[in-house]
Amino acid sequence: MTDEAKQLQNFNTRYADKYGFAVPENYVFRAKKGLSEDIVKEISFLKAEPEWMTDFRLEALRHFEQRPMPNWGPETLAAIDFQDIYYFVRATDRESADWDEVPPEIKETFDKLGIPEAERKFLSGAGAQYESEVVYHKVREDLKEQGVIFLSMDDGLREHPELVREYFGTVIPYNDNKFAALNSAVWSGGSFIYVPPGVHVQMPLQAYFRINTQNMGQFERTLIIVDEGAFVHYVEGCTAPIYSSDSLHSAVVEIIVKEGGRCRYTTIQNWSSNVYNLVTKRAVAYRDATMEWVDGNLGSKITMKYPAVHLLEPGAHGEVLSIAFAGKGQIQDAGGKIVHAAPHTTSKITSKSISKDGGQASYRGLLRVEDGAEDVRSNVVCDALLLDEHSRSDTYPYIEIEEQDVTIGHEASVSKVGEDQLFYLMSRGLSEEQANAMIVNGFIEPLVRELPMEYAMELNRLIQLQMEGSIG
Amino acid sequence: MTAALEIRNLHVDIEDQAILKGLDLTVKQGEVHALMGPNGSGKSTLAYTLMGHPDYEVTQGQVIFDGQDLLEMEADERSQAGLFLAFQYPVAIPGVTLANFLRQSINAHRKAQDPEDPGMPIPEFRRMLKSKMDMLQMDHGFAGRYLNEGFSGGEKKRAEILQLAALDPKIAILDETDSGLDIDALRVVSDGVNALRSENLGVLVITHYQRILNYIQPDFVHVMLDGRIAESGGPELAMQLEEQGYEWIRGQAD
Repeated sequence: MTDEAKQLQNFNTRYADKYGFAVPENYVFRAKKGLSEDIVKEISFLKAEPEWMTDFRLEALRHFEQRPMPNWGPETLAAIDFQDIYYFVRATDRESADWDEVPPEIKETFDKLGIPEAERKFLSGAGAQYESEVVYHKVREDLKEQGVIFLSMDDGLREHPELVREYFGTVIPYNDNKFAALNSAVWSGGSFIYVPPGVHVQMPLQAYFRINTQNMGQFERTLIIVDEGAFVHYVEGCTAPIYSSDSLHSAVVEIIVKEGGRCRYTTIQNWSSNVYNLVTKRAVAYRDATMEWVDGNLGSKITMKYPAVHLLEPGAHGEVLSIAFAGKGQIQDAGGKIVHAAPHTTSKITSKSISKDGGQASYRGLLRVEDGAEDVRSNVVCDALLLDEHSRSDTYPYIEIEEQDVTIGHEASVSKVGEDQLFYLMSRGLSEEQANAMIVNGFIEPLVRELPMEYAMELNRLIQLQMEGSIG
Repeated sequence: MTAALEIRNLHVDIEDQAILKGLDLTVKQGEVHALMGPNGSGKSTLAYTLMGHPDYEVTQGQVIFDGQDLLEMEADERSQAGLFLAFQYPVAIPGVTLANFLRQSINAHRKAQDPEDPGMPIPEFRRMLKSKMDMLQMDHGFAGRYLNEGFSGGEKKRAEILQLAALDPKIAILDETDSGLDIDALRVVSDGVNALRSENLGVLVITHYQRILNYIQPDFVHVMLDGRIAESGGPELAMQLEEQGYEWIRGQAD
């Protein structure tokens, strides 16, 4: 066997070893497959939710049922069978703040993924969601004392009902799109974060999402409120076992950044190749506030995700950094949206996509400047790198400007890894595989530089893993 | 044992057009050869073919390098075996620093010698890099710049010689290293090459002009016309060429 063939084989087994393993399902509760009003009521009942939330869920379900599938994006989306999915699986009957209390097979999963270790080393707090619910959650005591709230969304609703009711569904209403409606109907888990005025959470808060069951639907719901002059960096990671049948992950993330506050939200998505990943993420930024999305998409079968920032008051700034890697059989339909709804606001979208072995990566973005939003500056740069002839890259940059006094830059480039680049690197003794990996790492370097070191290393390692599958 | 690059009756096509038409040349470790010739005589084709560019098709002939059949090897294997090409037009690799690139190249060479080699320790690499950069009068900040991206002509050529110095090849081919250099840059680059001259390094200096040979004194000079060596001699041949031009050789050859 050639080295390359060995490495290819390793590539497949290595996802299986590292992320693709499954553990036995000793669950306390699993709702029957399929979606119905009864299932939605059951979820709400099991969580002992207030009536307004049950009503919200049911309204969302009605909207989901009426709303047609999107008539744009990847065509294979139509293959999702909404009745062949488990909408609610409770793996344990309680959430712990001590890893030792997490059921052993679940703890083992997160040990294997390195979560407790990461928490000890460099996090301000960590959460771990397994199937539908959060099984572990903890925030550092000193932050708690300063009034920082970091809970699962379920606990957030229980412990801070007024705060949740004030903001929940305000940034992304249930009728925003079909998948936001689905999430609103069956949501479970996710994070609830509140950072009080002036508090800077220095080290990141992290949540890790894990699907274990086959045909599982995971619908976490995250709400982050960054009060005046506060700062938080939230990081999420996600993986799942490899199954031949499909799973669905459809999250909703709402963020409110108040005057002078700053929020950075980093995602390193590495779902297995049988997961549909259809996520709605949106933030609103008030006066002089900053919102930054760093969105890395490496896994999944299809991803459709366009993190958005609505700049609502003067001085607000929004950024989206998007990295997508589409390998064999993958569609990464990613990008970002910025809406300038106020004057003197600025924004930047940077997208880097890599396609190989027939993968398809698309940049889909919206830049909107509303009437009266004068003195707006925005820059959009999207670069695509194709590693071979069979792969694809598309760019759909929508720009809607209703104001004269704006400065907009837009650049797009598609490059193929050139024979001359490969030859140059190989002439210095690097193998073709090493040369390709070096070119890819260089291509995303400007974005990786923005990540905290631990995540930059993780991202580089994942890309290395993806690259090792390449056959000359 | 002294390694040699032996080129025998080499014929090379690009897109079905014959460029090299029976070229013979031998360069040994410790020797400096100059290969001169007008534009279009096939000098750069020779350089790329020797390094293994996939677009160049060898239709006839043989190249033996250090006892091995060079033409059977991929470009990376040729490099690991001790062949080096300083490019006339080095390409940019955005996002990859010169230092990172050099370290990975050195480690690939070490691994080729010994699969168990853990790579050059970082402190040793830093010391080595700094001393070679000092030799080429390069600012140390250069190591952190992206490879060839936004480099001036002179900076690119210095970076090529830096790679030559760091990879320590047996035979190095310098493809028109003098092109696009002002006199000061030419002097620095040539001083660098001269500092590397030893019985362990053979050099093939490919050039259009005699100028660089004032700085890098060759042991042998060859003149290439229409895909083969038309004339070989000592350093005096370069002087003669400078005075009388390539037409003189053409006349001699006819």
